[in-house]
Amino acid sequence: MTNSPMTPGIVPGRLPSEAYCENFADLHAPYDGHEAMVAADRCYFCYDAPCITACPTAIDIPLFIRQIQAGMPEAAAKTILEQNILGGMCARVCPTETLCEEACVREAAEGKPVEIGRLQRHATDSLMEAGVHPFERAAPTGKRVAVVGAGPAGLACAHRLSMHGHEVVVFDAKAKPGGLNEFGIASYKTVGGFAQAEVEWLLKIGGITIETGKALGDGLSLEDLKSEYDAVFLGIGLGGVNALSGEGVDKDGVGDAVEFIAALRQAKDVATLPVGRNVVVIGGGMTAVDAAVQSKLLGAENVTIVYRRGKDRMSASLFEQDLATSKGVKIVYHAQPVAVHGNGSAAEVEFEYTRDGSKSLEGTGETFRIPADQVLKAIGQTLDGAPEGLTLERGKIAVSETGRTSVEGVWAGGDCATGGDDLTVTAVAEGRDAAEDIHKSLSA
Amino acid sequence: MADLRTDFVGIKSPNPFWLASAPPTDKEYNVVRAFKAGWGGVVWKTLGLDPHIVNVNGPRYGVVYGADRRVLGINNIELITDRPLEVNLREIKQVKRDWPDRAMVVSLMVPCEEWAWKEILPKVEETGADGIELNFGCPHGMSERGMGAAVGQVPKYIEMVTRWCKANTRMPVIVKLTPNITDIRHPARAAYAGGADAVSLINTVSSITSVNLDTMSPEPSIDGKGSHGGYCGPAVKPIALNMVAEIARDVETGDLPISGIGGITTWRDAAEFLSLGSGSVQVCTAAMTYGFKIIDELTRGLSDWMDEKGYASIDEVVGRAVPNVTDWQYLNLNYVTKARIDQDMCIKCGRCFAACEDTSHQAIEIKPGRVFEVIDEECVACNLCVDVCPVEDCITMEVLQPGDVDKRTGKVVEKEYANWTTHPNNPAAKAAE
Repeated sequence: MTNSPMTPGIVPGRLPSEAYCENFADLHAPYDGHEAMVAADRCYFCYDAPCITACPTAIDIPLFIRQIQAGMPEAAAKTILEQNILGGMCARVCPTETLCEEACVREAAEGKPVEIGRLQRHATDSLMEAGVHPFERAAPTGKRVAVVGAGPAGLACAHRLSMHGHEVVVFDAKAKPGGLNEFGIASYKTVGGFAQAEVEWLLKIGGITIETGKALGDGLSLEDLKSEYDAVFLGIGLGGVNALSGEGVDKDGVGDAVEFIAALRQAKDVATLPVGRNVVVIGGGMTAVDAAVQSKLLGAENVTIVYRRGKDRMSASLFEQDLATSKGVKIVYHAQPVAVHGNGSAAEVEFEYTRDGSKSLEGTGETFRIPADQVLKAIGQTLDGAPEGLTLERGKIAVSETGRTSVEGVWAGGDCATGGDDLTVTAVAEGRDAAEDIHKSLSA
Repeated sequence: MADLRTDFVGIKSPNPFWLASAPPTDKEYNVVRAFKAGWGGVVWKTLGLDPHIVNVNGPRYGVVYGADRRVLGINNIELITDRPLEVNLREIKQVKRDWPDRAMVVSLMVPCEEWAWKEILPKVEETGADGIELNFGCPHGMSERGMGAAVGQVPKYIEMVTRWCKANTRMPVIVKLTPNITDIRHPARAAYAGGADAVSLINTVSSITSVNLDTMSPEPSIDGKGSHGGYCGPAVKPIALNMVAEIARDVETGDLPISGIGGITTWRDAAEFLSLGSGSVQVCTAAMTYGFKIIDELTRGLSDWMDEKGYASIDEVVGRAVPNVTDWQYLNLNYVTKARIDQDMCIKCGRCFAACEDTSHQAIEIKPGRVFEVIDEECVACNLCVDVCPVEDCITMEVLQPGDVDKRTGKVVEKEYANWTTHPNNPAAKAAE
C-alpha cells in the first residue's frame, strides 16, 4: 500500500501495518495482580456504598473489591456475576465515569475514584481465564422460553432463566450472537474476541440454544413464539437509524456510523478498511465518539465530530469527549448539518451554527463548511420491526418495571424497551429482572 | 541548628541513631557503609564463643505487609553471628580505629556461667569498643540453649550475669531486654540491681507471621516446618513505647538510662522514643527495608523538629513526655469531649457510622443526603470514628468547657480535676479531704 493519511478519497491502508496493532490495542491495559491489590486497597468499604446505588445492576462493589484485597479475585468475580452476568463486558464498556466511579467518595474527596471498572475486569478476567463458570442450573422445570435478540438483554435474560431450570432458545438476526457487544462497540474497548468468548462462557451453564439468522418478520412471528413457548422475551435492540435530512445526504461517502463500527469489529485486518482523508461524524453520543476515534485510528487525516448542542448536553461523557480529542478528533459544538456538497461523492458538509432558543434549538443563520470525503451519521437509532399488537411509548416497547409488555406472556428489555439509559449494563439489568419475573410467573 | 550529639552512659556518638545488633551490623563491610552513610553508632551483631553457631540454610525472615507491600513487620529465625569470634573481634578493632567518633557497642551472648563471660569480656575490651550489650532477648534458637530470652525471662539470672559483667570489665554494660515477659519492670529492676549502666529494649517479639495454607507450614518455612521467630518493625512500636515508658516512670528504675528500640522508621518515631526516656535509639528493620540512606531523613527530621520546638540538644528532649504517662486511675474523669464531624470535609463514606452503629455506642445518625451527624446524647467520645475516618481532621473531639452540660449524662461539666480514686462508684474510694 502506498496510501497515507493525505491520500484523497476513501481508501484503505493509510498507515504502516504496525500502527494498526498499536492503535487498536486495549484502551485500558488490564491490571497485573499487584496493581489490582494497590487499586483495591483504595476502597474505603463505605457504608451503604453510593457506588452500588449508582450501578444499574447493583453489584456489591465494596464486597468484590474486598475479595480482591483478600486475594480471591475469582470469588470477587462471582459477586459481580451474580448481579451482572456480562460483568466482563461491562467492566470494559460501562461509562463508569458517570456511574459507579462518579459516585465513589474518593471522586468527591480527591477527584480520583477507585478504579472500579478496571478492578471488575481484573476479577472477571481471572475467573474466565480459569475457565470457571460458577453457576449451576436448578432442576429442570419443563418450561421453555423464547428470547429474541442475543444482545446483552437477551443473554442476561437467558442465563437467569436457565439458572432457574427453564429451557431457553435465543434467536438472533445476525450470524453471531452478542448484539451490540459484538457489533456496536469500539474495537479498542473489547479486544481479543472478548465478546464471543464471553458468550461462550455464559452458555456453559447449559440449557440455552442459540439460533442465528432468525428475526421477527424474517422467519419468526410473535404469535408462533407465544404458542410454542411458555414465555417470550424481546431484546431486539434498535435496528433502525435516524435519517439525516438536508440536501445531498444521499451522496456517496455518506453512511451510518453504526455500520462503520460493525464493519470494523468484524474485520479480520483493519488495514483493509477504507476510511476518508477528511471524516465528519454527525452526532453526540457514544456511537459518534466510537466512529470518530476509530476513523482517526484508521489513519484519517482530519476527523471532526459536529454536535448540534453544547458540550454539557452531549450524551457521550466528558471522559469520552476527552478521549476523542486526545486522539486528535476535533469536536465542534452548536452546529447542525444543512447540506452535503460534492460532485456525486461528498466533498464538504455545510453546517449552520445553533443556539438554544427560547423554546428549542434554533439556527443562527451563519454557516460554514468542513471538507468531508466521508460523512458518518450517528444521530440515534430507532426501533425497527417491533411486532404488531405491542403498545409503544416514545418509539419504544412500553414495559413495566419488571419488563412486562402490554401483551400477556411477552416481556421486553434493553434498548428496544422503555426505561433506563441505552447502556449495556442497563440492558443486562432489564434482561435479568425480566427473567426473574418470567420465572415467578411460570412458577405460579 | 539542634545539636544531635549524644553521650549515652559515656558512649559518645554524633547522633542518637545506632544500628541495632542484627544482620546490618554483622561485619566490617556493612558497618563501614553505615558509618559512611552517617549512622551515629552500631551495636555489633551478637558474638558468642567458638565454635560459632550455624544458621538454617533456607529462609530466615517472614513478613507482614500493609498496602502496596509496605513492610509492617518482619520476623526472623536468624541466630547470633555465624562467623568465628576472632574474625569479628579483628574487624571491630579495625572499624573502631578507623571511626573513632562513632559509637561501637558489642552485643554478647555466651552460656550462663561466669567463666564464659570472663573469657570473652577481655577479648572485647581489647578491641577498643565503647561498651557491651548483653543479649538477653532473642526469643528463638538460642533460648533453647539456655541463652538469650531464656536469661531475660528470669530476673535473677539477669541480675547475676549483669553483676559478673560489671565485675569483669570496665566497659559500660547495657542489658538488652526481651518483651516476651509479663511485666517489663521486673527484668529492668534486676538489671539495675546487677549494676547495669543502661537497658536497651525491646528485643523481638515471639511470633509466627503467617501460615502457608497450601502446605500448612508456618512461614518462613524450612522444609515444611516453621519455628517461632522474633517480630520487629513498625508493628511492634506501640509495644516498645509502652515498655520504655514503664521503665522510665518506675520509681525503682527511673534514673536507669534506656536505649530505645522497636519499629523506629522515621524521625518522628525516634523523637517519641526519646520523649519517653530513651537516651539513644536503635534501628534495624527500617534499614533492612530501605537501606542505610534513611539516616539522612532521620537526622534531618529530628534536627528540624528540634529547631522548630526550640530544643537545643538531645538531652532536652529525653524523658519530656514521661511525666504525662500515668495510671488509668489518675486520668481526669471531668474531661469531657464530643465527636464533631466537619460537614465540609466529610466525603460521606459512612465508615464512622458503621463503626459507631455496629461496634460502639450508636451515636451517629444518617440524615437525608448521607449527612452523618453525632448524637451528643449517645456519644461517649470513644474516638473510634476519628480513628476510622479516612479524612484527617474531618472528625475531631471538642472539649466541653466547665459549665457546659454533657447531654449524655445530663451533668454539668466541672472544672475541677477528679479521678477514679475519689469516684463514688469506686469501692476503695477515699473521700477527698
